[in-house]
Amino acid sequence: MSAIAEITAAPDPVLADDGLRRALFEWLCRMGDNCLILGHRLSEWCGHGPALEEDIALANTALDLIGHTQMWLALAAEIEGKGRSADDLAFLRDAMKFRNAKLVELPNGDMAVTLMREFLFDAWHFEMLTGLTESASPRIAEIAAKALKEVSYHLERSSDLVVRLGDGSDESHRRMQDALNRLWPYAGELFTADKVDEAAAAAGIAPELAALRAAWDKTVGEVLDEATLTLPEIRFDVHQGGKQGRHTEHLGYILAEMQFLQRAYPGAEW
Amino acid sequence: MSKKEWPLWEIFIRGQHGLNHRHVGSLHAPDAEMAVNNARDVYTRRKEGVSIWVVKSTDITASAPSAKGPLFDPAESKVYRHPTFFDIPDDVGHM
Repeated sequence: MSAIAEITAAPDPVLADDGLRRALFEWLCRMGDNCLILGHRLSEWCGHGPALEEDIALANTALDLIGHTQMWLALAAEIEGKGRSADDLAFLRDAMKFRNAKLVELPNGDMAVTLMREFLFDAWHFEMLTGLTESASPRIAEIAAKALKEVSYHLERSSDLVVRLGDGSDESHRRMQDALNRLWPYAGELFTADKVDEAAAAAGIAPELAALRAAWDKTVGEVLDEATLTLPEIRFDVHQGGKQGRHTEHLGYILAEMQFLQRAYPGAEW
Repeated sequence: MSKKEWPLWEIFIRGQHGLNHRHVGSLHAPDAEMAVNNARDVYTRRKEGVSIWVVKSTDITASAPSAKGPLFDPAESKVYRHPTFFDIPDDVGHM
């Protein structure tokens, strides 16, 4: 613990750079919002899982992601310097201010869609966090190292399930292939850089998004192959804009449920 | 309609300070690898373990409850089997 405390206490030159402040705030919101919205989606399964074991596993993953959200959004709020907290960012922003990729806000659908989305995201999340452990910002590298341990397990678990359901019964195979075809056009947003991503990469804070692609392709290719699933022959970067704040209609419904309490009873505490 | 159930697995966890794996319960999983994953999620959420063993419940052979008498009663009157009748020299220290 003392080692972590020392790192945290040390000045982080990257985070003190005023020229980067705006881009960095956006970038941190993207990391936080991806975790928050996917975490919320997974939490919707709590009490509804197809088996007790799966129910607990999904809830565990949801809690891990909410934990990552707290770290990313707390840092975002600090960088912004307007006195907002992680909770303010999570519960008091409107949909157009959210910066998550569209992939994570899509409805859960059946277990096939839930698990396939989880797998496509985990494979990206794993490469992203691995890259971030080398970040020029010690604070960001520290958050990434902590999250990476959990995400390594998320990826292992979702890979195992994609293989078993893809290479399972006729019906599970069909559902998994349908899920893949449906989600594939949303995956590309995770790899498409804009000015914010470029600024973060240029400052050595984050890896270049395009550079994550090869490792992701390899992981996804190997797992889908073992799962006897076929890569769709359509572009994977069709649906974009989530991280610039242009969302699907689904995000509003998530926020209505997630933010209700703080909106109706401002400042209410547990 | 037939409902296929995953097989049952017995879960053994070695705790933070324990030397051996202890039986903690059972769960359902389609195969051994997923049983380890499920055991991780169901039984080690609060840092209970450092190692997991899973065994298919059907692979465990148990003694019959009705054989309790012949199996265990004979040991009752044989206190001399406990090594409590030896004087241990101080030099030996803690055993």
